[in-house]
Amino acid sequence: MNIKTFTMMSLLLFSHSAMAETVVGFAQVGSESGWRTNFSNDMRDEATRRGITLKFADSQQQQANQIRAVRTFIAMRVDAIVVAPVVETGWTPILRQAQRSNIPVIILDRNIRADEDLYLTRIASDFVEEGVKAAEWLVDNVQGECRVVELQGTVGSTAAIDRGTGFNRVIDAHDRISIVRSQTAEFTRNRGKEVMENFLRAEDPRSICALWAHNDEMALGAIQAIREAGLRPGQDIRIISVDGIPDYFLAMANGVANVTVELDPHLGAPTYDVIQRYLSGDTDIPKLIRTTGDVFTQATAEEEYQRRTQ
Amino acid sequence: MINTEISHSFKERLLITSRYTWPIAALVLLLVFNVLMDASFLNIHFDHGRFYGNPIDILHRSAPVALLAIGMTVVIATGGIDLSVGAVMAIAGAVCANLLVATDASLFTVLAIGIASGVLCGLINGGLVSYMGIQPIIATLLLMVTGRGIAQLLNDGQIVTFQHAGFSFLGSGTLLGIPVSIWLVLAVFSISQLLLRRTALGLFVEAVGCNASASRYLGINDRTVKLMAYMLTGFCAALAGMISAADIQGSDANNVGLWLELDAILAVVLGGAALSGGRFSIPLSLLGVLIIQTLNTTIMVSGMPSKLNLLIKAIAVVLVLLLQSDTFRKQISGLAGRWRHS
Repeated sequence: MNIKTFTMMSLLLFSHSAMAETVVGFAQVGSESGWRTNFSNDMRDEATRRGITLKFADSQQQQANQIRAVRTFIAMRVDAIVVAPVVETGWTPILRQAQRSNIPVIILDRNIRADEDLYLTRIASDFVEEGVKAAEWLVDNVQGECRVVELQGTVGSTAAIDRGTGFNRVIDAHDRISIVRSQTAEFTRNRGKEVMENFLRAEDPRSICALWAHNDEMALGAIQAIREAGLRPGQDIRIISVDGIPDYFLAMANGVANVTVELDPHLGAPTYDVIQRYLSGDTDIPKLIRTTGDVFTQATAEEEYQRRTQ
Repeated sequence: MINTEISHSFKERLLITSRYTWPIAALVLLLVFNVLMDASFLNIHFDHGRFYGNPIDILHRSAPVALLAIGMTVVIATGGIDLSVGAVMAIAGAVCANLLVATDASLFTVLAIGIASGVLCGLINGGLVSYMGIQPIIATLLLMVTGRGIAQLLNDGQIVTFQHAGFSFLGSGTLLGIPVSIWLVLAVFSISQLLLRRTALGLFVEAVGCNASASRYLGINDRTVKLMAYMLTGFCAALAGMISAADIQGSDANNVGLWLELDAILAVVLGGAALSGGRFSIPLSLLGVLIIQTLNTTIMVSGMPSKLNLLIKAIAVVLVLLLQSDTFRKQISGLAGRWRHS
């Protein structure tokens, strides 16, 4: 650590104690995807809105950088530390260090393998709930019998298992809706197109009423397959998906996709809620807090697309 | 004298036939299984100016791996291997997608630069192998890892999508009712087969694969032969990458061609070629590709749970390889004979 950062830090320390303003340190994974960037921006915006000072560290997908950042936050005596972990393991020593300094740690998004007592809480997306919301849209918007084909995510991934579970839980209560074909397309666009082509070959294309894809990429591939088979995606076959990437909003705006459940990047509000509750003396905080994104349809697709690509 | 010569060539012909027998038997077996499951599996119909049906799908979907396998066959015949083809696919796709999005270059320029990027990758691989003496598996592993990184860098970590009717034609266009990708495979196959079997090039490749230093003493420039082989795989991989990008009208650097190098190697092995080099046959490798893709389609249309996909594929591949193994067949017939005697 050079002199400059040290002086900066002492200044920060001083201003912090003088103004009694909440300071939060946040070790983010990096900026590898559009979703990650939205997530970082939300953390920043929400902090500004609440008058919280956010110390942001981009760890460039490396745990070593994250641990270094957390160590710096401890040295800075921040009020709370937020970590969006790169990997699951190797967190115990640094979490113990934070605990000894009485600084609460909040884990965001991905899970970690460490003793629950070492961190305050974990806030993550509820994949099951995403599946439930997708299925509820289908139940509400399609009358009569509906044969659904499903594009699963990578076999064994939490997102694929939980999204499937949530969706099935809802449609099991409705005899008129059934999944007739289900196959993995590994979360990718190429495979989504290829598997959908096979579905259209194996089933009578006109008998399929909806496609349920575990992410937008696979849905976008499938939309092309449907189009090339001479059908109208979004009309002949409803397209239901999860994630909310810009390309998918464009597809919805063009009327070739119907609905997506956003993978919630708005983790700022629940995070700062928990921190503020903890700092005001509330100790009754659950170890796991689930969030889910909103359901987006064609109605708002155009403006959402503009907002996300500006 | 004449008599022995005749019997010799007859034996040779028999040997060649038997090399085709088992891969064809495996493919037929797979198709029969599919027809039993779904009687209309092999149906083809003509609609909206193009042919539709499972056989067309299988050929269309196998195009990228078929191209990779053509290049891979020749590289393996020279005693090498190219692990970087999947990454080269990603690079070529990324190069083309970015050119289409960022510039208004003509279709010809985009295609030429896309192919050139693949040939350049082949040149690097071939240079490392033949002039620097680095083991092929290591030399191409370098580009396998860094190549995908380069493609991601070109795409800035995102999926670059484009709208270009001319370029998309590569992936989803048809010519005389048949997908363009199938025509491209046929063209590359015919040209390479002509060059390798109607000229001495094929013999050079086999000679270098059998014994590089012996063929050097015979006056074959083994280094150039190897370099050319890697450039051919680079060319094929670039074409495959462009077809895949055109297919989804986007370049997905993270996933396009992922693990396809293994499918290409598997196809060559299913075609009966030895990984140690020497004898090779492009038609047999393409038969291997068809076996793999038919298997993939079978799994997809069978409606079995996804978690069984890899298991089924593995069992089927092992069975095909066992069918081709002389030792295994002898053991089985020996076992059957003993059983009959007792």
